[in-house]
Amino acid sequence: MSQEPESKPPGEPAAKRDELPSGREGHTPDFSPAEVQRRLRHPVSFFRRTREHLIEGGVFLCGVASILAISLIFIFLFREGLQALRMVDTPLDFVYSMGVQLEYDAGIDDVVAVGEAPQLAWQPVSEEPKLSMIPLMWGSLGVALLASLLSTLAGIGVGIFLSELASPRLRGVVKPMLELLVGIPTVVIGFVMLAIVAQPLRQVAEAIGLSGVYGSTYNMFVGAVGVSIVIIPVIGSLVDDALRAVPDDLRAASLGVGATRWQTTWRVVLPTGVSGVFGAVILGFGRALGETMIVLMCAGNAAQITGNPFDSVRTMTAAIASEMGAAQVGGVHAQTLFLVGAILITITFLLNLTMELVVNRFRRKIRL
Amino acid sequence: MTDEARQSIETARRKVTGKTKAPLWAVLFESLVRGITGAVILVLFFLMGTILVRGGGQITPEFLLQAPRDGMTAGGIFPAIMGTFFVVLFMIVMALPLGVFGAVYMVEYSKGGIMSRIIRAAVNNLAGVPSIVFGLFGLGFFVLFVGRNLDHHIYGVPRTAEEVQAVQAEMAPLQAEAREEAINLADERGITDPAELDAFVEAYVEEQTPPVPRTVFGQGAMFWAAATLAILVLPFIIVATEEALRAVPPSTREAAYGLGATRWQVISTVVLPQAKPGILTGAILAVARGAGELAPILFVGVTFFTPGLPLTEPVNFGLFSVPVVNPFEEFMHLNYHIYTMATQHHDPIGTRGIQFGTTLVLVALTFVMNLMAIVLRRRYSKKS
Repeated sequence: MSQEPESKPPGEPAAKRDELPSGREGHTPDFSPAEVQRRLRHPVSFFRRTREHLIEGGVFLCGVASILAISLIFIFLFREGLQALRMVDTPLDFVYSMGVQLEYDAGIDDVVAVGEAPQLAWQPVSEEPKLSMIPLMWGSLGVALLASLLSTLAGIGVGIFLSELASPRLRGVVKPMLELLVGIPTVVIGFVMLAIVAQPLRQVAEAIGLSGVYGSTYNMFVGAVGVSIVIIPVIGSLVDDALRAVPDDLRAASLGVGATRWQTTWRVVLPTGVSGVFGAVILGFGRALGETMIVLMCAGNAAQITGNPFDSVRTMTAAIASEMGAAQVGGVHAQTLFLVGAILITITFLLNLTMELVVNRFRRKIRL
Repeated sequence: MTDEARQSIETARRKVTGKTKAPLWAVLFESLVRGITGAVILVLFFLMGTILVRGGGQITPEFLLQAPRDGMTAGGIFPAIMGTFFVVLFMIVMALPLGVFGAVYMVEYSKGGIMSRIIRAAVNNLAGVPSIVFGLFGLGFFVLFVGRNLDHHIYGVPRTAEEVQAVQAEMAPLQAEAREEAINLADERGITDPAELDAFVEAYVEEQTPPVPRTVFGQGAMFWAAATLAILVLPFIIVATEEALRAVPPSTREAAYGLGATRWQVISTVVLPQAKPGILTGAILAVARGAGELAPILFVGVTFFTPGLPLTEPVNFGLFSVPVVNPFEEFMHLNYHIYTMATQHHDPIGTRGIQFGTTLVLVALTFVMNLMAIVLRRRYSKKS
């Protein structure tokens, strides 16, 4: 019961104000409930006081429980993930593993083993588990970069449209539609991509002469397009917010010196809001990295390192989703998947941090 | 800037500069931006339209009210609908009080204090965590840690390999004894056929030795799935409640304090009622989000097929006794149904109809809830 009043009630007579205990000049008089009640000689009954304390304690516990629930995730994931490190000989096992290298021998017309070479392979259930995470990270990065590329361009377009071009009425229609698009469960988007879009997309690619490189019907590109559907509205909304935070004075000044609307948008509004836009893009990238169901259903789910965007890949999230259910509890495979999760959470945490710093800079810039 | 202001500035610019037409690239740029937005809206309509057209024909009373049959190629999705409903219900029952009172503590008790800063930091970080990570957490923490430990302390289920061995070592002499007795008994009764003898011995040993403890909590279950989803939506509820509480004007709080109300009286009779629409909007969005997520509950209790809802033995309520939903069983879920039918069923093409029907039901559910939230928020923001 020792909080400061939020604002001074106006119209308090000056004479009364002097009676209050003001240690120094300009000191805000204490209007806190406890102080007011004490001054009114209206003692709070024991029952009421106890009840207040009990309720405050209960509410405090809810706050603590929320914090606990949230921080437990980080603690637990790292605890489990670190066990994987203890189970292998060296952490390098998660980077590469030694495998038999085969070479074609023309003399006997067959392949022969010529020695051992480091391999970047994710084969966790083979007799000798190969736990290189590089193929998974490659897949995640590939899908996320491709999806970010598609959705950054489109998302900024949507944001500019909403904040600079659309009339308030049109904006009032389009923005809820974007929210609805974000609200569609990702399984549904993955399913529609898998059932309806993937096959025609292949036919289109083959028709325009890409049949040589179009590896698999379900591939990195199809996954990235699916992920973009989720991310474009998110980036669009955030870019809209960032551009609308740019003060109208700037727009008026720009238009006042004879710039067109396009010049104003391109040379004044966008540069001012660029850190907000950047924050939106980073958030979109984080979302793409963490997206699970769409890439699990449409990206082909083959753990391989490929430079071709039309080949199947398996992302970190898809690996966890598809393998955890079958992995033996406490085994090296399951613990490695926990480690993959811990790495994922670290990356998104860092992305979040970057975004917060960028957006804070943006806010300070806007206030200037 | 208002449209009228923009328009008049544009008119003035044209008059002053004498350029009546916008330059070509400006026109191109603006039509590109419009085109992109139009395309995004088209995608929404395409998704909705496809699902409606291909799923609409599936929706019959039988589809909505029956369990799947004939190897999932016929029947309905009733258990999946109810599974989704109950898991979301349990989720919001857990998350709402925690989130709302967490936010109340943040805004009303610890104003800008260390607690509210910690909560804010935690919430911010949690919002960016990939949903599959919640799945790992649900499996590792709720099922394997909490569930297994509950089983161990209540039912004596072994947790580690050593404990399993200890239990087996304890059971071995008892089993050997029972086996000997069984063989003697079989001799007396004149059972000679080897298969019959084996069956008799097995049955006798099972009957005579103490039962092996069964896992109850240490397995995937609706309750753990709901708890995992509750943590997922907790940040959304906290943020929504916080915004709603901050929107309540301080003057009404001060007026209530001025009348001599205690802090809890102010919160419960003045602040919370005013914040109710905002909190409700947050709760609806949280429910929609919880119903639309699959990754967090993949390993925590969803299953491909149950013949109906998991029910308990009839519970006596005094006047009547009915079976209730058993939250410690595995359950079917709409999202999981779509996922497994589309990717793991032996005939994914032949069952497309069922898949689209399920998708339509799921989309309709989340769509209605999202729409409700949007409408509610709009009305609420107009009022204030």
